[in-house]
Amino acid sequence: MSTPLIEIQGMTKVYGMDEATVHALAGVDITVDKGEFIAIMGHSGSGKSTLMNILGCLDRPTSGTYIFDGRDVSRLSRNELAEVRNQKLGFIFQSFNLLPRLSALANVMLPMLYNMEEDISDDETERRAIASLQAVGLGDRLHHHPNQLSGGQQQRVAIARALVNNPPLILADEPTGNLDSRSSVEIMDILHNLHRNGATIVMVTHEPDIAEHAGRVVCVKDGMILSDGRGGNNPCLNKRLL
Amino acid sequence: MKFRKIFRTAWEGLMLNKVRSFLTTLGVIIGVASVIVMLSVSAGTEAAIAEQINALGANLIIVSPMRGIPGAGRTMMIADAYAIEEQVVGVDGISAEQGPAPQTVKGNGVTLDAIAVIGTTADFPNVRDYAVASGAYFTADEDERKAKVAVLGAGIAKDLFGDVSPLGQTITVGSVKLTVIGVMETKGMVSDIDYDGRVYLPINVVFQKFMSEMPIGGDRVRTIYVKASSQESIPSIITQITALLSERHDVSPSQPDFTVQTQQDIIATQEATTAAFRDLLAWVAGVSLLVGGIGIMNIMLVSVTERTREIGLRQALGARASDVLLQFLLEAIILSLVGGLVGVGVGVGGSYLFGMFGGMQTAIVPGSIPLAFGAAAVVGIFFGYYPATQAAKLDPIEALRRE
Repeated sequence: MSTPLIEIQGMTKVYGMDEATVHALAGVDITVDKGEFIAIMGHSGSGKSTLMNILGCLDRPTSGTYIFDGRDVSRLSRNELAEVRNQKLGFIFQSFNLLPRLSALANVMLPMLYNMEEDISDDETERRAIASLQAVGLGDRLHHHPNQLSGGQQQRVAIARALVNNPPLILADEPTGNLDSRSSVEIMDILHNLHRNGATIVMVTHEPDIAEHAGRVVCVKDGMILSDGRGGNNPCLNKRLL
Repeated sequence: MKFRKIFRTAWEGLMLNKVRSFLTTLGVIIGVASVIVMLSVSAGTEAAIAEQINALGANLIIVSPMRGIPGAGRTMMIADAYAIEEQVVGVDGISAEQGPAPQTVKGNGVTLDAIAVIGTTADFPNVRDYAVASGAYFTADEDERKAKVAVLGAGIAKDLFGDVSPLGQTITVGSVKLTVIGVMETKGMVSDIDYDGRVYLPINVVFQKFMSEMPIGGDRVRTIYVKASSQESIPSIITQITALLSERHDVSPSQPDFTVQTQQDIIATQEATTAAFRDLLAWVAGVSLLVGGIGIMNIMLVSVTERTREIGLRQALGARASDVLLQFLLEAIILSLVGGLVGVGVGVGGSYLFGMFGGMQTAIVPGSIPLAFGAAAVVGIFFGYYPATQAAKLDPIEALRRE
């Protein structure tokens, strides 16, 4: 079996000092293999956002190890983390986070601006961005600005942006949280397609029906993993327990 | 290259908000332009002063009573002027001048009030490089016999007689009847004196008819202009005049009751005055450049606050702190450099316009262009750095959460 993409052991995250400390994560162990589609669930304050931030290399754990793609990223500098985010992570946000003044194409080109690994030419940058937008079915909306696109279309632009540097991991933070049900289905279809084609996806959600799209559901509560596994008895999928 | 890409990002960022970018630049434009205009105005003023003083006549030495010494105004007499003419080697001619209070001048049925009347010796046109246009100037002989003759400035001649030739006509200056024997060429304003608006009389007539009741007596002179035969003889002439007048006035040459100045001395004195003026202008212009810089900082800080989410997103997508710093620093530098360039254009253009329509002589100081432009660049870096560090310091999680 191949080495896991993510290997987290004994991870804690403590905010504040002395008596005012908050243990956002109180010892988390989790392993994610390449090609998995995981949903992380938990209500607000459960620690799922903190976990997501650390998974996304936006934050560093207080203790514990985080091996990502064969490298311990738990003690990297800010600049090194920025490079990891650029090369190895694709973010999909609840509120899309597109730059409103830029066209869909320019938004998708953004990650390549900060690509340190290769100096991509302007033509190549544009070519890749167009390909990425075509992959999410927006080949005919290249020059539209976000306010000229529907919510579902905006989220598809964001997905195109997340994919453009070919990262090994896609992180989706409530990707359907701001969408109507029809657009939600559309977005989940795209994520399913990506998963089928071998992408590894970690998705945070609090909607059980969205979580059910994932092959594995991790339930977080009080900074710890309450359960990890497939549907059925998962306490987070059980509305009574939530 | 990466720098080029971030430069383009910064440029696009500014272009997305053209009006604001322009208004921000305006402060720098005004600052740079005012540095250039101010310096060109004061350089032009200096040039104008030098030009005017040179227009007094070539190779001129100006002897006048020392100001500020009690009684000194009474000591320089027409006899001093004659002594200089006779005894000093290298003198081409002298013109002693004295003027009473402005007089009423009548002629050809026209009455003009408050006209400057000036008594001179016969060499006046030669010494002061101021030729007679028609008729003749009075001779030394006419001066000596106190001939009742007058020479009119071009303006006065026109005011009194229009297109009729004034030669041979009679005019009344105060209560004295005089015959017009000449009209001077047009000279215009020199050092605030309207040469065309004056009436020139033999100095001895002035002494007799206009100055005799004055308490200081009738043969004092205000100024003696000495024309040197050559530029080289000027130092020697100054030495001789100082020695001669000290002896005649019975004063020590180190504490004379008169001053001997060349045009260069006067220019230097005037320049010392304008230098202070110029420095003041330069400071004012510098301050406006500073204010322009503060404007840039202000707008950049607002921009960083407004674009917090954008910064967070860029960081999430892999922008390092240095990339964010560079982007915002470049925005500030572009604003100030574009402002500097436009400001140079406006400053140079403004200097020309001031020169043409502002009634002011201007001369663009070449050094002021790199000075002002360089100052704009420094302002951009200096005032852009703080907002840029504020942007670079942002925590991506916090920044993304911001609305």
